[in-house]
Amino acid sequence: MKKNESYDEFIKGIWRDNPVFVQVLGMCPMLAVTNSAVNAVAMGMASLFVLVGSSFLVSTFRHLIPKQVRISCFIIIIATFVTIADYTLLALVPKVHKELGAFIPLIVANCLILGRQEAFASRYPTRLAVMDALGMASGFMLALFSLGAVREILGDGALFGVKLFGENFEPWVIMILPPGGFLTLGVILLFFNWFKYKKDEFLEDVAAAERGSD
Amino acid sequence: MTTDSRKEATSPSSLRLVLTLAIAGLVSGIAIIGIYESTLPTITANKARELREAVFKVLPGVTQMQPLVHRDSELVVVDQPDKDEPVIYGGYDDQGDFLGYAMPAAGPGFQDTIAILYGYEPDEKIVVGMEVLESRETPGLGDKIYKDMDFVGGFSALSVEPEIVAVKKGTKSLPNEIDAITGATISAKAVVRIINEAHARWVGQLPAPGSEPPFVLTEAAGDEAGQ
Amino acid sequence: MENLLWVFVSAVLVNNFVLTYFLGLCPFLGVSNSLETSFRLGLATTFVMLVTAVCAWVLNTYVLIHAPYLRLICFIVVIASTVQFIEMLIKKLSPALFRAMGIFLPLITTNCAILGLAIFATNRGYGFWEGIVYALGAGIGFTLAMVLLAGLREESELSDIPKLIQGTAMNLIIAGILSMAFMGFAGLFSTT
Repeated sequence: MKKNESYDEFIKGIWRDNPVFVQVLGMCPMLAVTNSAVNAVAMGMASLFVLVGSSFLVSTFRHLIPKQVRISCFIIIIATFVTIADYTLLALVPKVHKELGAFIPLIVANCLILGRQEAFASRYPTRLAVMDALGMASGFMLALFSLGAVREILGDGALFGVKLFGENFEPWVIMILPPGGFLTLGVILLFFNWFKYKKDEFLEDVAAAERGSD
Repeated sequence: MTTDSRKEATSPSSLRLVLTLAIAGLVSGIAIIGIYESTLPTITANKARELREAVFKVLPGVTQMQPLVHRDSELVVVDQPDKDEPVIYGGYDDQGDFLGYAMPAAGPGFQDTIAILYGYEPDEKIVVGMEVLESRETPGLGDKIYKDMDFVGGFSALSVEPEIVAVKKGTKSLPNEIDAITGATISAKAVVRIINEAHARWVGQLPAPGSEPPFVLTEAAGDEAGQ
Repeated sequence: MENLLWVFVSAVLVNNFVLTYFLGLCPFLGVSNSLETSFRLGLATTFVMLVTAVCAWVLNTYVLIHAPYLRLICFIVVIASTVQFIEMLIKKLSPALFRAMGIFLPLITTNCAILGLAIFATNRGYGFWEGIVYALGAGIGFTLAMVLLAGLREESELSDIPKLIQGTAMNLIIAGILSMAFMGFAGLFSTT
């Protein structure tokens, strides 16, 4: 029973409660760093580190943190992890760090992370909190990657820097510029809505059929 | 399910609140200082290496360099420039002979600020190389200032007298003219303007050709030999 | 010392915080259904930005030279405190306005635009006056983007929009078109 629980918490963050596509959180870094797949994945890893680390600490110490100062404590914990991630990236992969630029510190203002602490990590035991964090971060990474891949393929004709099309491919440059970010995410959300709509329709049909056959 | 219920007993004292925050802050501070100290050597080495590579790129033939600042009306060698002090780099060959200056410069481009490093030979008053350090110009157009090798190559023997002029591609005729980039005229002209402005600022502070500061940073030379 | 006019115009139009740097999206997408609320939120945000810019400069110049790694935490603390302070101020001076703004005030704390402002200004080495002009420009740019989107959303409420597109998807696409329009401001300062 417990194993299923943990798995549930993990899997919900990937599709059903996907932070970007369903909850519409964490937008700021989303659009800015997804102009290429590499940047998107790097940002995803950094966010995963911060989210899991923060959830772990917040959940472990949740009984010790007084309600009145909990938000400040969450922010201190999150900011610490972000600073660690920032310096680690700068030391290990300076080129990627340069591309992501100021958006690494901005992970602190990512409403997704603070939201998870408030809604989940501070109320549930450590193991569940960590699974939830992993799930949400994976869902976030998935969203980042899909956006980054689409924008890079259309806007640069490449994926992870590897050119996919021939010399004659005229890249749709607007995709790697800011408007491309907005438009791509808008279209993806559109598809998401469409899937949901179709699924709801389908479920309704099934329910109606069952009622009819009774 | 294992949801924990909140114990809404008495409200915690102010001391408890402050103490919690203080401890959180303290632990956080220690963690941050720890990561900072442990990554500092790598980060400093990275930065130094990047700078050296850029300097060697814009001053062909150079194998050693040292930072120079303008103090008390003189160009002097410094180990560590002050934080806001404008600094240029002297480039020297294996024998320690002066070859040229590498000068950082920045200014507004088409989209955002462009930061470059250019090599300057005071003897013949020519620019010998240009490297774009930072730019956010339009991909596919403005980013040609570092992707178009013809443009970058145009800086290899560019006279600064009276000043550099960007002309339409293919019409370069004088030694102080450089072919601009078709479709990215503004970014290209911005680079030229940045160099002209930097040169105007520094030209009065450079010593007469032949009397540049000699290469003295032997500790740096030791590091270089070790690399 | 960068040209002050360039700093200002760049922040408002050429490199608009919302439409070019994607900062401040949470309120941008969430609050822009009402023209009036958008305008008020924009003003409040501009004020917080100004205060933040000044504090950031003070911190950077006098304190953070010795401890650059504490920058992030210090900035966040400053922003949270400023918002808290403004909340108290508005509550005292105009309870009606306070009620009207409701939950949006505390939300300014997590507005990435403000933290982004502090970080950008630090990275670019802006001095005192540049910081102020930058904050003013950023705030006005943010307000401009919000008001534009709010106006468009209010207009479109009366139109017949397919159910699929309604909501965030449509707002994003509108934002994308706005962003494209603002791209036209690039090159405003070229003197060729």
